[in-house]
Amino acid sequence: MSASIKDNVSEPGRWDESPVLTVENLTMRFGGLVAVDDLSFNVGRGDITALIGPNGAGKTTVFNCVTGFYKPTEGRIIMRHGSAISDAEVRKLTESGEQSMSTAEGAIFLLERMPDFCISRDAKVARTFQNIRLFGGMTVLENLLVAQHNALMAASGFTIGGIFNLPGFRKARQKSIDKAVYWLEHIRLKERADEPAAALPYGDQRRLEIARAMCTDPQLLCLDEPAAGLNPRESSELNELLQFIRSEAGTSVLLIEHDMGVVMEISDHVVVLDYGEKISDGSADYVRNDPSVIAAYLGVEDEEVAEAEAEAAAAAAAAAAAASAAGQTMSGGEPAGEQETKP
Amino acid sequence: MSNINQAGSADEQQAPGALVEWEQRVAGYAGEPPFVEEPQRLSAIAAALKDAAIAAAIAAALFLFFIGFRTDIAIGGLDLTTRWQAFGTAIVVVFVGRLLFRILLWRPATKAGTRPLLLRAFGSGEGTPLSEHFARHSKSVGVVALVAAVLYPVIILALFPMKDKQFIDLGVLVLTYIMLGWGLNIVVGLAGLLDLGYVAFYAVGAYSFALFAQFFEVGFWFALPIAGILAACWGLILGFPVLRLRGDYLAIVTLAFGEIIRVVLLNWYTFTGGPNGISGIPDPTFFGLEFARGDDNLPGLLGIGYDSAYKQAYFFYIILALAMITNLVTLRLRKLPLGRAWEALREDEIACRSLGINTTNTKLTAFAIGAMFGGFAGAFFATRQGFISPESFTFMESALILAIVVLGGLGSQMGVVIASIVMIGGFELFRDFAEYRMLIFGLLMVIIMVWRPRGLIATREPSAILKERQTISADMVAQGEGH
Repeated sequence: MSASIKDNVSEPGRWDESPVLTVENLTMRFGGLVAVDDLSFNVGRGDITALIGPNGAGKTTVFNCVTGFYKPTEGRIIMRHGSAISDAEVRKLTESGEQSMSTAEGAIFLLERMPDFCISRDAKVARTFQNIRLFGGMTVLENLLVAQHNALMAASGFTIGGIFNLPGFRKARQKSIDKAVYWLEHIRLKERADEPAAALPYGDQRRLEIARAMCTDPQLLCLDEPAAGLNPRESSELNELLQFIRSEAGTSVLLIEHDMGVVMEISDHVVVLDYGEKISDGSADYVRNDPSVIAAYLGVEDEEVAEAEAEAAAAAAAAAAAASAAGQTMSGGEPAGEQETKP
Repeated sequence: MSNINQAGSADEQQAPGALVEWEQRVAGYAGEPPFVEEPQRLSAIAAALKDAAIAAAIAAALFLFFIGFRTDIAIGGLDLTTRWQAFGTAIVVVFVGRLLFRILLWRPATKAGTRPLLLRAFGSGEGTPLSEHFARHSKSVGVVALVAAVLYPVIILALFPMKDKQFIDLGVLVLTYIMLGWGLNIVVGLAGLLDLGYVAFYAVGAYSFALFAQFFEVGFWFALPIAGILAACWGLILGFPVLRLRGDYLAIVTLAFGEIIRVVLLNWYTFTGGPNGISGIPDPTFFGLEFARGDDNLPGLLGIGYDSAYKQAYFFYIILALAMITNLVTLRLRKLPLGRAWEALREDEIACRSLGINTTNTKLTAFAIGAMFGGFAGAFFATRQGFISPESFTFMESALILAIVVLGGLGSQMGVVIASIVMIGGFELFRDFAEYRMLIFGLLMVIIMVWRPRGLIATREPSAILKERQTISADMVAQGEGH
């Protein structure tokens, strides 16, 4: 059952015990370009996992493979519903050639075999986009209702019952509005529910996109740079929202992020990519002190790595002290050493 | 600040609160110092007068040679005559026209206080007054329009006993295009898929009924659903190859599809009659009774005497009912998950897929349902004409229906009605000025597109409301593929 990743850059952790998502030997080639090279990592159930790396490291490509927007060249992506799923069952599904299989206490999905919309509908993996993709001409409420399309479609008897406004559909519609309002309250946009999404400020649009993804009832939420372009206040609000999603909704989160303040504060587990390869994998502290991560971000020569490592350790200690003293400040207790590492 | 993280500690919540305060203080300092703007001395009327005077002066300079002087061929060369009266008239027309245009319609780049009279009368607030006006009263406008449509044949029969047949026929024609416009609106306006071959489904519907009537001698009411289903099947057949196409490519393939259907109808001589078409298509009955001479038929039984205008009125009510079904189904679908998925597809297809919406099925249902209403309209067209041939289903028809949808405003039901009345009704009324008809038609399209580039009624009505209805202005609404 435990699917720990055996390579020399990974720190074993609780994410290996019962992963919700396992990426195995994922390779994505575009012609001659190898965007992702033999990548393996686990996403722990109920964890916030961050995927970081310098620009062009292949993070978004991994996301697109997981959510079905790209078909990976090689590799296996396993999504597990329910924690008690044995390796034998996964092997059985892989050999059967099917896309998914229900087990005694859940289901297994092989995402690399599934079309994109099925990954959201059946495997319950939702995503947001680096450049926000809201339905701009539709209202905030409508955006959240579109996300509940499949549930509503079934309730409307594939439109036939809906045309005659049968009671079953009326009930489902009210339920969908209640769910939308629940999320609107949590992203504090209830007052603007009837405004077109394109009229919202940028930070609100980011939060709305997350709420829209949550309306699909995902087991795994993939966020592509959710804090990009947010001011310090908005990104601290985002941290709260993500922690709420993890604790209350019980959804595991996989996020790509450049804002180290956000990453280090909320992540349980960090995976670092560089040139399509995994260079580090472990807890936030482990990754922060990993010399190869520092080298990748600063682009230093090998002999300077040791020096940088010492500097980072000092910065981390200072940051830990500062964080405990000040709580959430401007950049969420961001250590000075990491600030410079932002590309 | 934080009703999200209930579990957060008190000082964690305080820090962002302090940040908000700090941001608000900074915002308070920002911006320019307050100053009072000089009140505008020149009133709107004076500005308009000045503008009209300038236009008149330019017109005078131009028209002096065009209108003021006239040369005639005379013995020994040219004879110059002056026409000061015509010259003066032209300048006065320009002056008055410009003045009215400026006061009533045109909005110069000034503040809201000096908005033109007509626009002020039509709505309140900034932006698109005409649309807002319609949006706010869309329901009552619709009801008034429906009542007017129901009473139309009665009024025509009472007021124009000599020309009744002609006027009711015009009403039937306008309603046919309204129905086609509403059908196409599903595909183009809601799902955002540009379809240049919509007339193909109209043709499929018409030929379905005509051929069924010819070979199996079925009546209109029996053939009507068959025509709709067959057209929907052809919608699916068109849908499959174009699923992956976008923009120009989608437009070209749908255009080709429309032409293929027409060319097949033209050349499959043994089955469709080719260019000779199919004639003798039966009229619709009224519960088995016909609108014909004789005591056994409906006018005879009612004792009102035969008048061909009655049959026209019957056609009018049939197409009115068909069009209203199209309208009501569309309005209903917009509030259902399917219709909302169409609009989401128009806004962003990739986001739709990320939310688990099967975009293939969603597109195909849009094509099929749009085509089905085209098929109904086609069957009606066949029974009204009594004769159909491929001539009736040229690309010009597709372009006309698309023009109605675009001029009316993509996705707007009322816009289609207005555009159909203006374009088809106007087109027929100007039949006497045959040579200027296309000129006026073209000019009208240019004017509408300059004045309202997103169509007459460009605002979008939300399909679900939490608290209050807000119309969405056109610049936020995506137009979908191929625009």
